[in-house]
Amino acid sequence: MSSREKILLAVKQARPDFIPLPELIKYDQGYNDLQQQFTKILEGIGGKVYEVNSLEEIFLFANEKFKEAKRIVSTISFVSDRIETIDSKTEPHTLEDIDLAIINAHFAVAENGAVWVTENIIGERVLPFICQHLAVIINQENIIATMQDAYEIIGNNDYGFAAFIAGPSKTADIEQSLVLGAHGPKTMTVFIMK
Amino acid sequence: MGNSGKDHAQLADIFNKDEARVDWHDETLWFVRQKRDKAVKAIPEWEQLRETASQIKNNVLSNLDAYLIQFEEQAKKNGAIVHWAADAKEHNEIVHSILAKHSVTKIVKSKSMLTEECHLNPYLKDKGIDVVDTDLGERIVQLADEAPSHIVLPCIHWKKEEIGELFHQHLGTPKGNADPQFLTNAARLHLREKFLTRKVAITGVNFAVAETGEFVVCTNEGNADMGAHLADVHIACMGMEKIIPHRKHLGVFLRLLARSATGQPITTYSSHFKTPRKKQELHIVLVDNGRSVQLGRKDFRNSLKCIRCAACFNTCPVYRRSGGHSYHTAIAGPIGSILAPNLDMKQYADLPFASTLCGSCSNVCPVKIDIHDQLYKWRQVLVKEGHVSIVKKAGINGMAFMLNHPSLLKVIGKTGRWAMRNIPFVVNNKMNPWYKQRDLPDAPKESFNEWYIKNKTKKNEQ
Amino acid sequence: MKVGLFIPCYINEFYPNVAIATLQLLEKFGAEVTYPLGQSCCGQPMANSGFENASQGCNELITKNFSSFDYIVCPSGSCTLHIKDHLHSEKNESDAKNIRNKIFELTEFLIDVLKVEKLDAKFPYKVGMHQSCHGQRGLKLSQMSELVAAPFSKPLQLLQMVEGIELIELKRTDECCGFGGTFCVAEEAVSVKMGRDRVQDHENNGAQFITGVDMSCLMHLEGILKRKKSNVKVKHIAEILNG
Repeated sequence: MSSREKILLAVKQARPDFIPLPELIKYDQGYNDLQQQFTKILEGIGGKVYEVNSLEEIFLFANEKFKEAKRIVSTISFVSDRIETIDSKTEPHTLEDIDLAIINAHFAVAENGAVWVTENIIGERVLPFICQHLAVIINQENIIATMQDAYEIIGNNDYGFAAFIAGPSKTADIEQSLVLGAHGPKTMTVFIMK
Repeated sequence: MGNSGKDHAQLADIFNKDEARVDWHDETLWFVRQKRDKAVKAIPEWEQLRETASQIKNNVLSNLDAYLIQFEEQAKKNGAIVHWAADAKEHNEIVHSILAKHSVTKIVKSKSMLTEECHLNPYLKDKGIDVVDTDLGERIVQLADEAPSHIVLPCIHWKKEEIGELFHQHLGTPKGNADPQFLTNAARLHLREKFLTRKVAITGVNFAVAETGEFVVCTNEGNADMGAHLADVHIACMGMEKIIPHRKHLGVFLRLLARSATGQPITTYSSHFKTPRKKQELHIVLVDNGRSVQLGRKDFRNSLKCIRCAACFNTCPVYRRSGGHSYHTAIAGPIGSILAPNLDMKQYADLPFASTLCGSCSNVCPVKIDIHDQLYKWRQVLVKEGHVSIVKKAGINGMAFMLNHPSLLKVIGKTGRWAMRNIPFVVNNKMNPWYKQRDLPDAPKESFNEWYIKNKTKKNEQ
Repeated sequence: MKVGLFIPCYINEFYPNVAIATLQLLEKFGAEVTYPLGQSCCGQPMANSGFENASQGCNELITKNFSSFDYIVCPSGSCTLHIKDHLHSEKNESDAKNIRNKIFELTEFLIDVLKVEKLDAKFPYKVGMHQSCHGQRGLKLSQMSELVAAPFSKPLQLLQMVEGIELIELKRTDECCGFGGTFCVAEEAVSVKMGRDRVQDHENNGAQFITGVDMSCLMHLEGILKRKKSNVKVKHIAEILNG
């Protein structure tokens, strides 16, 4: 008998009688303003949030705040020499020296300051992790309350890879002192597009 | 027992020799418990969420074989290669065989308690494989040649000055520098080089979805992703109980996990892996290693609902004052104490007794495992199986004899109290473990029984 | 009403005043209280050590001695919980079942059954309330800090009826004292450290007395207080409520 067969047989013999799944109930979190809640949480975990009206504003921000940056990339075409457009045809190791990456996200979650990205929106899987700084653009009407709402929107969508990203990378492994910038980006900026 | 033959009580005694350090360890973990409290109180339906998660996991255990088959089918459709390991040895062999097939001798690994349980690192080291643990806490204990002492905060028992010294020795940071920001940055640079050059990444699995064949890996550091997305081969190792039925259930578990673990609303990254990256091989290793046996134990199967959040560790007053290494097992704390005896009753017979049965653990468990009830029940099993000292057994039987004979008890009580009043050295001495750091109560001349007879039985006809 | 008094073994031997106060308090509220002389122990020390079978003798003694009462009251959360959860008789299971349903810890009896709303008691001191684990988490005598749920406390409700009492705030409201039965000697180092930390919390917040529903916890804390020659004393809640 293969291990697979051994294990499945052992499990079948050991498991208790069938217990049905519960219903998933949603509760109103009582958020008056989803954007405000999202901003509060994300800024509490070291992220920054700006409300913008156009890509132009984002470009100006990137140019200004990241003057020293040697390499700024985006999955969105900014039509500028300053910001390099990249897509899924990029070899991951070549992204090693990116200072700032600007990407879109599908939606944002107010209860925990997270944004949802899928492989097709970030181009290369490693992009939002390997850059030194990350900037994410979401549409204002795409802010939802909880993770349960999130999975209703995600539904059966197909993706090869996807992630919730909530703030800059961090660790508190050294005596519980919070340090932003572990292996992933050191900062995260979210632009809420009106 | 592991750890040079000492049991929890002996190891905890050694740990308690440095009271200031115990205070520091205890305060640090209590702080994490408080952060958890603050986070969960922000969710008005928190208790219902726990109940929902508990019921989902009850369903999983009752239908585990069907879900495993479904998960394997979906994962294969997604392009993953699925392996089944009956025990730790087989798991290690499977992982090594993948490395050997690709002629790889240098790998990165992100946090996986399952690989700790299987002792994967020493096995691979023996075979000439260089494993770099990329979670900062795990890298620290790896450099120190130690096991992690906590499943979420691996080096919670290390002070920053000690980490600074460790980094000075291994990474060349300046001597005396204990600044967490500086040290983390040094680790960032040191590990970045590993991510960029190593071809194989091993990760753990927080949740595996039967419906879609995808699995989720949660980190704050981003190290699992940095490893997996740059590697040619991604090996995901999981305990087979990590299955959840539907993708939408992640909406429940991802709300519970980080809040319970560290008081954050969610980890920085909750990465959903479904297909291998183009030109990449994705392997998933499903591991039994005693889980099917535990599943068959009616009183203990609920321990398999665990999502490895460590909330029970942080709230346990005994864990906080004895440290993870006192449990001499990969997974310490309250949950470890009900999982380990299933693997080896003799070696872990001490663990269910390393508790006052206060019940705090059961209250913080996001999936409502009845931990403290299981600790009590394991005690009965261990005694029945003979894993208790002859001295203890004799003592208990002696106590029972006395308590079963109330008239004898009266005599012994009176004599004992007389001795305590008149020849106290009989009990007030080094042989009496109570007396080591506590005084004994004063011994009254009259027991309540005697007072009652004298004062009340004239009125009550007894 | 006929009330049977169950007195924990260590209260009988070392703290008879707690039993006397319990008896007097119940009589003040009109109960006809009887203390069956044939009792010994609830069996917890054996059962918690893994020797459930060795506590069967105690189970039979309890079943035999307590079958005829309307209620059974015990000034201990842990003994009450143990009997509620584990009492079984090979000779008379239906009596054992009745006892499990009729046994109450003192403060829950006063609040839930006697519905006490005032007390004739005075205790003008600063008092710290130690929440004994089995009473709190097992019998639900008060709300638990881990849960997201409304606060309540039966012991505190009663203490607030005592004239002159000043209840102090603690840093950790419901952390275990470390007694834990045979744990107190089997894991002596951790047990004492836990007790020392509880004592420190009460001392830091100005307690003159530490009270609670379990004398076992208080006995352990008292042992530590006496060893460090502290002025803080322990006093079981029955004695405070009895005036």
